[in-house]
Amino acid sequence: MAQSVILVAQASTTSPAPADAVQNGTVVQEQGAAPAATGEVHATTEHSEAPVGFPPFDASTFASQFLWFAITFAVLYVVMSRVALPQIGSIIDKRKARIDGDLKEAERLKGETDKAISAYEAALSEARKNAHAIAEETRNSIRADIDAKRKAVEDDLSKKVAEAEARIGKTKQDALSRVNEIAADTTAALVHRLTGEANPADVQAAVAQAVKE
Amino acid sequence: MAEQPIEPIHQFRITNLFDIGTFGGNGTEGSGTHLAFTNSALFMVLTVGLILAFLILGSNRRAIIPGRMQLMAEMTYEFVANMVRDTTGTEGMKFFPLVASLFLFVLVANLFGMFPYFFTVTSHLIVTVMLALIVFLTVVIYGFYKNGPRFLKVFVPSGIPWYIIWIVVPIEVLSFLSRPVSHSLRLWGNVLAGHIVLKVFGGMVVALLAAGAWGVVSILPFGMAVAMTGLEVLVAALQAFVFAVLTCVYLHDAMHPGH
Repeated sequence: MAQSVILVAQASTTSPAPADAVQNGTVVQEQGAAPAATGEVHATTEHSEAPVGFPPFDASTFASQFLWFAITFAVLYVVMSRVALPQIGSIIDKRKARIDGDLKEAERLKGETDKAISAYEAALSEARKNAHAIAEETRNSIRADIDAKRKAVEDDLSKKVAEAEARIGKTKQDALSRVNEIAADTTAALVHRLTGEANPADVQAAVAQAVKE
Repeated sequence: MAEQPIEPIHQFRITNLFDIGTFGGNGTEGSGTHLAFTNSALFMVLTVGLILAFLILGSNRRAIIPGRMQLMAEMTYEFVANMVRDTTGTEGMKFFPLVASLFLFVLVANLFGMFPYFFTVTSHLIVTVMLALIVFLTVVIYGFYKNGPRFLKVFVPSGIPWYIIWIVVPIEVLSFLSRPVSHSLRLWGNVLAGHIVLKVFGGMVVALLAAGAWGVVSILPFGMAVAMTGLEVLVAALQAFVFAVLTCVYLHDAMHPGH
Protein backbone atom coordinates (compact mmCIF):
# COMPACT_ATOMS: atom_id res chain seq x y z
CA MET A 1 0.00 0.00 0.00
CA ALA A 2 2.62 2.48 1.10
CA GLN A 3 4.80 1.68 -1.85
CA SER A 4 2.10 2.26 -4.38
CA VAL A 5 1.61 5.70 -2.85
CA ILE A 6 5.29 6.41 -3.16
CA LEU A 7 5.19 5.27 -6.72
CA VAL A 8 2.35 7.62 -7.50
CA ALA A 9 4.20 10.45 -5.83
CA GLN A 10 7.41 9.69 -7.66
CA ALA A 11 5.86 9.11 -11.01
CA SER A 12 3.84 12.28 -11.06
CA THR A 13 6.54 14.60 -9.77
CA THR A 14 8.33 16.62 -12.37
CA SER A 15 11.60 17.28 -10.62
CA PRO A 16 13.56 13.97 -10.51
CA ALA A 17 16.13 13.55 -13.26
CA PRO A 18 15.27 10.98 -15.93
CA ALA A 19 18.17 8.80 -14.82
CA ASP A 20 16.72 8.77 -11.34
CA ALA A 21 13.35 7.70 -12.66
CA VAL A 22 14.87 4.87 -14.55
CA GLN A 23 16.69 3.77 -11.47
CA ASN A 24 13.45 3.90 -9.46
CA GLY A 25 11.79 1.74 -12.05
CA THR A 26 14.58 -0.80 -11.84
CA VAL A 27 14.50 -0.90 -8.11
CA VAL A 28 10.80 -1.51 -8.04
CA GLN A 29 11.02 -4.15 -10.71
CA GLU A 30 13.77 -5.92 -8.86
CA GLN A 31 11.82 -5.70 -5.66
CA GLY A 32 8.74 -7.08 -7.34
CA ALA A 33 10.75 -9.93 -8.74
CA ALA A 34 12.64 -10.77 -5.56
CA PRO A 35 10.97 -9.30 -2.45
CA ALA A 36 13.17 -11.44 -0.20
CA ALA A 37 16.36 -9.66 -1.26
CA THR A 38 17.05 -7.66 1.91
CA GLY A 39 19.57 -5.35 0.36
CA GLU A 40 17.15 -4.27 -2.32
CA VAL A 41 14.32 -3.79 0.20
CA HIS A 42 16.56 -1.70 2.36
CA ALA A 43 17.52 0.45 -0.57
CA THR A 44 13.90 0.91 -1.53
CA THR A 45 12.91 1.86 2.00
CA GLU A 46 15.66 4.41 2.21
CA HIS A 47 14.71 5.84 -1.09
CA SER A 48 11.05 6.02 -0.16
CA GLU A 49 11.87 8.43 2.68
CA ALA A 50 13.90 10.67 0.44
CA PRO A 51 12.13 13.91 -0.43
CA VAL A 52 10.30 13.80 -3.69
CA GLY A 53 11.34 17.17 -4.97
CA PHE A 54 10.11 20.17 -3.03
CA PRO A 55 6.94 19.02 -1.17
CA PRO A 56 4.84 22.18 -1.75
CA PHE A 57 5.40 21.74 -5.52
CA ASP A 58 4.51 18.04 -5.53
CA ALA A 59 1.43 18.11 -7.73
CA SER A 60 0.39 14.59 -6.77
CA THR A 61 -0.67 15.88 -3.35
CA PHE A 62 -2.73 18.76 -4.73
CA ALA A 63 -5.92 16.79 -5.29
CA SER A 64 -6.03 15.50 -1.72
CA GLN A 65 -5.20 18.89 -0.27
CA PHE A 66 -7.80 20.54 -2.50
CA LEU A 67 -10.43 18.02 -1.48
CA TRP A 68 -9.81 18.24 2.24
CA PHE A 69 -9.36 21.98 2.21
CA ALA A 70 -12.68 22.37 0.40
CA ILE A 71 -14.43 20.05 2.86
CA THR A 72 -12.94 21.50 6.04
CA PHE A 73 -13.25 25.12 4.96
CA ALA A 74 -16.84 24.62 3.83
CA VAL A 75 -17.66 23.04 7.18
CA LEU A 76 -15.86 25.88 8.96
CA TYR A 77 -17.69 28.57 6.97
CA VAL A 78 -21.13 27.00 7.35
CA VAL A 79 -20.81 26.34 11.08
CA MET A 80 -19.25 29.76 11.66
CA SER A 81 -22.00 31.63 9.81
CA ARG A 82 -24.88 29.47 11.07
CA VAL A 83 -23.91 28.62 14.66
CA ALA A 84 -20.75 30.06 16.15
CA LEU A 85 -20.89 33.71 15.14
CA PRO A 86 -24.66 34.20 15.65
CA GLN A 87 -24.32 32.59 19.07
CA ILE A 88 -21.56 34.95 20.18
CA GLY A 89 -23.22 37.89 18.44
CA SER A 90 -26.48 37.25 20.25
CA ILE A 91 -24.68 37.15 23.59
CA ILE A 92 -22.99 40.47 22.88
CA ASP A 93 -26.24 42.03 21.63
CA LYS A 94 -28.11 40.73 24.65
CA ARG A 95 -25.51 42.19 27.00
CA LYS A 96 -25.57 45.50 25.16
CA ALA A 97 -29.37 45.63 25.33
CA ARG A 98 -29.23 44.76 29.01
CA ILE A 99 -26.69 47.50 29.76
CA ASP A 100 -28.64 50.07 27.73
CA GLY A 101 -31.84 49.03 29.51
CA ASP A 102 -30.16 49.28 32.88
CA LEU A 103 -28.77 52.72 32.05
CA LYS A 104 -32.20 53.91 30.93
CA GLU A 105 -33.76 52.47 34.08
CA ALA A 106 -31.10 54.22 36.18
CA GLU A 107 -31.83 57.48 34.34
CA ARG A 108 -35.54 57.05 35.01
CA LEU A 109 -34.95 56.26 38.68
CA LYS A 110 -32.65 59.26 38.99
CA GLY A 111 -35.41 61.46 37.54
CA GLU A 112 -37.86 59.99 40.00
CA THR A 113 -35.45 60.59 42.86
CA ASP A 114 -34.97 64.20 41.81
CA LYS A 115 -38.71 64.65 41.64
CA ALA A 116 -39.13 63.08 45.07
CA ILE A 117 -36.40 65.30 46.51
CA SER A 118 -37.98 68.48 45.12
CA ALA A 119 -41.41 67.35 46.37
CA TYR A 120 -39.93 66.66 49.78
CA GLU A 121 -38.26 70.07 49.87
CA ALA A 122 -41.50 71.77 48.87
CA ALA A 123 -43.34 69.88 51.59
CA LEU A 124 -40.64 70.77 54.08
CA SER A 125 -40.81 74.50 53.36
CA GLU A 126 -44.61 74.32 53.45
CA ALA A 127 -44.48 72.60 56.83
CA ARG A 128 -41.99 75.15 58.08
CA LYS A 129 -44.32 77.95 56.99
CA ASN A 130 -47.24 76.18 58.65
CA ALA A 131 -45.24 75.72 61.81
CA HIS A 132 -44.43 79.43 61.87
CA ALA A 133 -48.06 80.30 61.40
CA ILE A 134 -49.19 77.91 64.10
CA ALA A 135 -46.58 79.20 66.53
CA GLU A 136 -47.57 82.79 65.81
CA GLU A 137 -51.23 81.98 66.27
CA THR A 138 -50.63 80.09 69.48
CA ARG A 139 -48.46 82.89 70.81
CA ASN A 140 -51.15 85.44 69.99
CA SER A 141 -53.93 83.40 71.53
CA ILE A 142 -51.90 82.79 74.69
CA ARG A 143 -51.06 86.49 74.91
CA ALA A 144 -54.72 87.39 74.49
CA ASP A 145 -55.69 84.87 77.12
CA ILE A 146 -53.08 86.19 79.53
CA ASP A 147 -54.17 89.73 78.91
CA ALA A 148 -57.80 88.88 79.50
CA LYS A 149 -57.03 87.06 82.70
CA ARG A 150 -54.78 89.82 83.95
CA LYS A 151 -57.43 92.38 83.19
CA ALA A 152 -60.03 90.35 85.06
CA VAL A 153 -57.74 89.97 88.05
CA GLU A 154 -56.88 93.67 88.01
CA ASP A 155 -60.53 94.64 87.77
CA ASP A 156 -61.37 92.33 90.63
CA LEU A 157 -58.54 93.71 92.70
CA SER A 158 -59.43 97.33 92.06
CA LYS A 159 -63.02 96.58 92.87
CA LYS A 160 -61.99 94.98 96.15
CA VAL A 161 -59.69 97.91 96.92
CA ALA A 162 -62.55 100.31 96.33
CA GLU A 163 -64.84 98.26 98.56
CA ALA A 164 -62.22 98.14 101.28
CA GLU A 165 -61.63 101.87 100.97
CA ALA A 166 -65.38 102.48 101.27
CA ARG A 167 -65.57 100.24 104.30
CA ILE A 168 -62.63 102.03 105.94
CA GLY A 169 -64.24 105.43 105.26
CA LYS A 170 -67.48 104.28 106.76
CA THR A 171 -65.77 102.90 109.84
CA LYS A 172 -63.87 106.15 110.17
CA GLN A 173 -67.11 108.05 109.86
CA ASP A 174 -68.69 105.82 112.50
CA ALA A 175 -65.73 106.29 114.79
CA LEU A 176 -65.81 110.05 114.33
CA SER A 177 -69.58 110.23 114.98
CA ARG A 178 -69.09 108.33 118.19
CA VAL A 179 -66.35 110.73 119.45
CA ASN A 180 -68.95 113.39 120.46
CA GLU A 181 -71.02 110.82 122.29
CA ILE A 182 -67.96 109.45 124.13
CA ALA A 183 -66.85 112.98 124.94
CA ALA A 184 -70.32 113.86 126.28
CA ASP A 185 -70.44 110.70 128.38
CA THR A 186 -66.95 111.30 129.72
CA THR A 187 -67.77 114.94 130.42
CA ALA A 188 -71.08 114.00 132.17
CA ALA A 189 -69.25 111.48 134.33
CA LEU A 190 -66.58 114.08 135.23
CA VAL A 191 -69.19 116.74 135.97
CA HIS A 192 -71.24 114.35 138.07
CA ARG A 193 -68.23 113.42 140.17
CA LEU A 194 -67.21 117.01 140.63
CA THR A 195 -70.56 118.55 141.18
CA GLY A 196 -72.75 115.71 142.22
CA GLU A 197 -75.22 116.47 139.52
CA ALA A 198 -75.26 116.81 135.77
CA ASN A 199 -77.84 117.54 133.24
CA PRO A 200 -77.21 115.36 130.19
CA ALA A 201 -78.70 117.88 127.79
CA ASP A 202 -76.51 120.70 129.04
CA VAL A 203 -73.45 118.52 128.90
CA GLN A 204 -74.20 117.53 125.35
CA ALA A 205 -74.70 121.11 124.29
CA ALA A 206 -71.50 122.17 125.99
CA VAL A 207 -69.53 119.35 124.34
CA ALA A 208 -70.97 120.16 120.94
CA GLN A 209 -69.92 123.77 121.41
CA ALA A 210 -66.43 122.74 122.55
CA VAL A 211 -66.02 120.43 119.57
CA LYS A 212 -67.12 123.25 117.34
CA GLU A 213 -64.53 125.52 118.79
CA MET B 1 20.64 9.78 4.18
CA ALA B 2 21.33 9.50 7.91
CA GLU B 3 20.76 13.23 8.43
CA GLN B 4 17.36 12.98 6.81
CA PRO B 5 15.27 13.99 9.88
CA ILE B 6 17.11 17.31 10.09
CA GLU B 7 16.79 18.01 6.43
CA PRO B 8 14.88 21.37 6.35
CA ILE B 9 12.09 20.50 3.92
CA HIS B 10 11.31 17.10 5.36
CA GLN B 11 8.75 18.75 7.63
CA PHE B 12 6.64 19.78 4.63
CA ARG B 13 6.23 16.27 3.28
CA ILE B 14 2.73 15.02 2.84
CA THR B 15 2.15 11.47 3.97
CA ASN B 16 -1.00 9.50 3.42
CA LEU B 17 -2.71 8.39 6.60
CA PHE B 18 -5.20 6.31 4.66
CA ASP B 19 -6.02 6.09 0.98
CA ILE B 20 -9.34 6.85 -0.54
CA GLY B 21 -8.48 5.67 -4.04
CA THR B 22 -7.50 6.76 -7.50
CA PHE B 23 -10.08 8.26 -9.80
CA GLY B 24 -9.81 8.50 -13.55
CA GLY B 25 -6.59 7.79 -15.36
CA ASN B 26 -5.76 4.77 -17.48
CA GLY B 27 -5.11 2.34 -14.65
CA THR B 28 -1.33 2.60 -14.75
CA GLU B 29 0.61 3.85 -11.76
CA GLY B 30 0.66 7.63 -11.46
CA SER B 31 -2.22 8.37 -13.80
CA GLY B 32 -5.55 9.68 -12.63
CA THR B 33 -6.30 11.64 -9.50
CA HIS B 34 -5.19 10.06 -6.29
CA LEU B 35 -7.09 10.99 -3.17
CA ALA B 36 -6.06 10.22 0.38
CA PHE B 37 -6.54 11.45 3.92
CA THR B 38 -3.12 12.98 4.53
CA ASN B 39 -1.34 14.53 7.48
CA SER B 40 -2.26 17.88 5.93
CA ALA B 41 -5.92 16.88 5.92
CA LEU B 42 -5.63 15.76 9.54
CA PHE B 43 -4.38 19.18 10.57
CA MET B 44 -7.06 20.93 8.51
CA VAL B 45 -9.63 18.92 10.44
CA LEU B 46 -7.89 19.69 13.74
CA THR B 47 -7.72 23.39 12.85
CA VAL B 48 -11.42 23.61 12.04
CA GLY B 49 -12.28 21.48 15.06
CA LEU B 50 -10.28 23.69 17.41
CA ILE B 51 -11.78 26.91 16.04
CA LEU B 52 -15.35 25.66 16.30
CA ALA B 53 -14.83 24.09 19.72
CA PHE B 54 -13.21 27.30 20.97
CA LEU B 55 -16.02 29.53 19.71
CA ILE B 56 -19.05 27.33 20.27
CA LEU B 57 -18.14 25.56 23.50
CA GLY B 58 -16.55 28.74 24.85
CA SER B 59 -19.77 30.69 24.47
CA ASN B 60 -22.11 27.81 25.15
CA ARG B 61 -23.30 29.06 28.51
CA ARG B 62 -24.41 32.38 26.97
CA ALA B 63 -23.58 34.11 30.23
CA ILE B 64 -24.20 37.83 30.57
CA ILE B 65 -21.07 37.97 32.73
CA PRO B 66 -18.61 35.93 30.65
CA GLY B 67 -16.18 33.34 31.96
CA ARG B 68 -12.58 33.09 30.73
CA MET B 69 -13.26 31.02 27.62
CA GLN B 70 -16.36 33.00 26.69
CA LEU B 71 -14.43 36.24 27.11
CA MET B 72 -11.73 35.00 24.75
CA ALA B 73 -14.32 33.86 22.21
CA GLU B 74 -16.07 37.24 22.47
CA MET B 75 -12.79 39.14 22.14
CA THR B 76 -11.95 37.15 19.01
CA TYR B 77 -15.40 37.90 17.62
CA GLU B 78 -15.14 41.61 18.43
CA PHE B 79 -11.62 41.79 17.02
CA VAL B 80 -12.63 40.40 13.63
CA ALA B 81 -15.96 42.25 13.63
CA ASN B 82 -14.22 45.59 14.28
CA MET B 83 -11.65 44.84 11.60
CA VAL B 84 -14.39 44.16 9.04
CA ARG B 85 -16.50 47.14 10.14
CA ASP B 86 -13.58 49.58 10.15
CA THR B 87 -12.30 48.53 6.73
CA THR B 88 -15.46 47.79 4.75
CA GLY B 89 -18.15 49.66 6.66
CA THR B 90 -21.37 48.28 8.10
CA GLU B 91 -22.57 46.87 4.77
CA GLY B 92 -19.41 44.74 4.65
CA MET B 93 -20.62 42.83 7.71
CA LYS B 94 -22.28 40.31 5.37
CA PHE B 95 -18.72 39.10 4.72
CA PHE B 96 -17.95 38.87 8.42
CA PRO B 97 -18.35 35.04 8.57
CA LEU B 98 -16.02 34.68 5.56
CA VAL B 99 -13.33 36.96 6.99
CA ALA B 100 -13.63 35.34 10.42
CA SER B 101 -13.32 31.87 8.87
CA LEU B 102 -10.28 32.87 6.80
CA PHE B 103 -8.59 34.68 9.68
CA LEU B 104 -9.11 31.93 12.22
CA PHE B 105 -8.24 29.17 9.78
CA VAL B 106 -4.93 30.81 8.87
CA LEU B 107 -4.19 31.83 12.46
CA VAL B 108 -4.85 28.41 13.99
CA ALA B 109 -3.12 26.56 11.14
CA ASN B 110 -0.06 28.82 11.53
CA LEU B 111 0.01 28.42 15.30
CA PHE B 112 -0.43 24.65 15.04
CA GLY B 113 2.66 24.72 12.85
CA MET B 114 4.68 26.11 15.74
CA PHE B 115 4.38 22.83 17.65
CA PRO B 116 7.19 20.35 16.97
CA TYR B 117 6.17 17.42 14.72
CA PHE B 118 2.95 19.20 13.77
CA PHE B 119 2.22 19.71 10.11
CA THR B 120 1.75 23.28 8.90
CA VAL B 121 -1.23 23.41 6.56
CA THR B 122 -0.38 26.91 5.30
CA SER B 123 3.16 25.88 4.30
CA HIS B 124 1.70 24.44 1.10
CA LEU B 125 1.17 26.77 -1.80
CA ILE B 126 -1.96 24.97 -2.98
CA VAL B 127 -3.73 25.80 0.30
CA THR B 128 -2.77 29.48 0.39
CA VAL B 129 -3.64 29.79 -3.31
CA MET B 130 -7.08 28.38 -2.59
CA LEU B 131 -7.51 30.75 0.35
CA ALA B 132 -6.54 33.68 -1.87
CA LEU B 133 -8.76 32.46 -4.71
CA ILE B 134 -11.76 32.30 -2.38
CA VAL B 135 -11.21 36.00 -1.68
CA PHE B 136 -10.46 36.89 -5.31
CA LEU B 137 -13.50 35.07 -6.69
CA THR B 138 -15.72 36.53 -3.96
CA VAL B 139 -14.52 40.02 -4.86
CA VAL B 140 -14.99 39.55 -8.61
CA ILE B 141 -18.36 37.78 -8.42
CA TYR B 142 -19.83 40.02 -5.74
CA GLY B 143 -18.36 43.11 -7.43
CA PHE B 144 -20.10 42.37 -10.73
CA TYR B 145 -23.26 41.13 -8.98
CA LYS B 146 -23.63 44.32 -6.92
CA ASN B 147 -22.27 46.97 -9.31
CA GLY B 148 -22.72 45.38 -12.74
CA PRO B 149 -20.42 46.89 -15.35
CA ARG B 150 -19.65 49.76 -12.97
CA PHE B 151 -17.34 47.31 -11.16
CA LEU B 152 -14.85 47.92 -13.97
CA LYS B 153 -14.36 51.40 -12.50
CA VAL B 154 -12.07 49.65 -10.02
CA PHE B 155 -9.50 49.87 -12.82
CA VAL B 156 -10.07 53.56 -13.46
CA PRO B 157 -8.97 55.85 -10.64
CA SER B 158 -11.10 58.98 -10.52
CA GLY B 159 -9.63 62.41 -11.18
CA ILE B 160 -7.05 61.26 -13.70
CA PRO B 161 -6.58 63.09 -17.03
CA TRP B 162 -7.67 61.07 -20.10
CA TYR B 163 -4.17 60.80 -21.54
CA ILE B 164 -2.83 59.17 -18.36
CA ILE B 165 -5.78 56.78 -18.13
CA TRP B 166 -4.31 54.72 -20.98
CA ILE B 167 -1.21 54.12 -18.90
CA VAL B 168 -2.91 53.71 -15.55
CA VAL B 169 -5.63 51.26 -16.55
CA PRO B 170 -3.27 48.47 -17.68
CA ILE B 171 -1.28 48.94 -14.50
CA GLU B 172 -4.46 48.74 -12.43
CA VAL B 173 -5.59 45.62 -14.28
CA LEU B 174 -2.21 44.02 -13.72
CA SER B 175 -2.19 44.96 -10.04
CA PHE B 176 -5.74 43.64 -9.61
CA LEU B 177 -4.87 40.34 -11.25
CA SER B 178 -1.70 39.97 -9.21
CA ARG B 179 -3.61 40.37 -5.95
CA PRO B 180 -4.34 36.66 -5.45
CA VAL B 181 -0.71 35.89 -6.31
CA SER B 182 0.74 38.27 -3.73
CA HIS B 183 -2.04 37.42 -1.28
CA SER B 184 -1.19 33.72 -1.36
CA LEU B 185 2.58 33.95 -1.82
CA ARG B 186 2.99 36.37 1.09
CA LEU B 187 1.41 33.94 3.55
CA TRP B 188 3.03 30.85 2.08
CA GLY B 189 6.49 32.42 1.82
CA ASN B 190 6.45 33.72 5.39
CA VAL B 191 5.35 30.43 6.87
CA LEU B 192 7.63 28.30 4.72
CA ALA B 193 10.71 30.46 5.20
CA GLY B 194 10.20 30.67 8.95
CA HIS B 195 9.90 26.92 9.30
CA ILE B 196 12.94 26.28 7.12
CA VAL B 197 15.02 28.77 9.10
CA LEU B 198 13.94 27.16 12.37
CA LYS B 199 14.81 23.73 11.03
CA VAL B 200 18.19 24.93 9.75
CA PHE B 201 19.16 26.34 13.13
CA GLY B 202 17.86 23.24 14.88
CA GLY B 203 19.86 21.08 12.47
CA MET B 204 22.98 23.12 13.16
CA VAL B 205 22.60 22.45 16.89
CA VAL B 206 22.39 18.71 16.26
CA ALA B 207 25.27 18.72 13.78
CA LEU B 208 27.56 20.70 16.09
CA LEU B 209 26.70 18.53 19.11
CA ALA B 210 27.65 15.51 17.05
CA ALA B 211 30.99 17.11 16.19
CA GLY B 212 32.63 16.58 19.60
CA ALA B 213 34.36 19.69 20.96
CA TRP B 214 32.49 21.89 18.51
CA GLY B 215 29.38 21.12 20.57
CA VAL B 216 30.20 24.15 22.73
CA VAL B 217 29.46 26.43 19.79
CA SER B 218 26.01 24.88 19.39
CA ILE B 219 24.74 27.34 21.99
CA LEU B 220 24.75 30.02 19.26
CA PRO B 221 22.36 28.36 16.81
CA PHE B 222 20.35 27.15 19.78
CA GLY B 223 19.89 30.74 20.95
CA MET B 224 18.96 31.73 17.41
CA ALA B 225 16.43 28.91 17.24
CA VAL B 226 14.83 30.10 20.49
CA ALA B 227 14.70 33.70 19.26
CA MET B 228 13.38 32.63 15.85
CA THR B 229 10.64 30.59 17.52
CA GLY B 230 9.42 33.72 19.27
CA LEU B 231 9.59 35.65 16.01
CA GLU B 232 7.77 32.90 14.13
CA VAL B 233 4.89 32.90 16.61
CA LEU B 234 4.61 36.63 15.96
CA VAL B 235 4.82 36.07 12.20
CA ALA B 236 2.16 33.34 12.42
CA ALA B 237 -0.30 35.73 14.09
CA LEU B 238 0.74 38.72 12.00
CA GLN B 239 0.39 36.94 8.67
CA ALA B 240 -3.09 35.75 9.63
CA PHE B 241 -3.97 39.34 10.51
CA VAL B 242 -2.44 40.69 7.29
CA PHE B 243 -4.33 38.10 5.26
CA ALA B 244 -7.61 39.08 6.90
CA VAL B 245 -7.00 42.84 6.57
CA LEU B 246 -6.14 42.49 2.88
CA THR B 247 -9.28 40.41 2.43
CA CYS B 248 -11.27 43.29 3.94
CA VAL B 249 -9.52 45.83 1.71
CA TYR B 250 -10.26 43.78 -1.41
CA LEU B 251 -13.89 43.31 -0.34
CA HIS B 252 -14.12 47.06 0.13
CA ASP B 253 -13.13 47.45 -3.53
CA ALA B 254 -15.88 45.04 -4.52
CA MET B 255 -18.46 47.22 -2.77
CA HIS B 256 -17.05 50.62 -3.73
CA PRO B 257 -15.25 50.17 -7.05
CA GLY B 258 -14.90 53.91 -7.71
CA HIS B 259 -11.83 54.26 -5.45
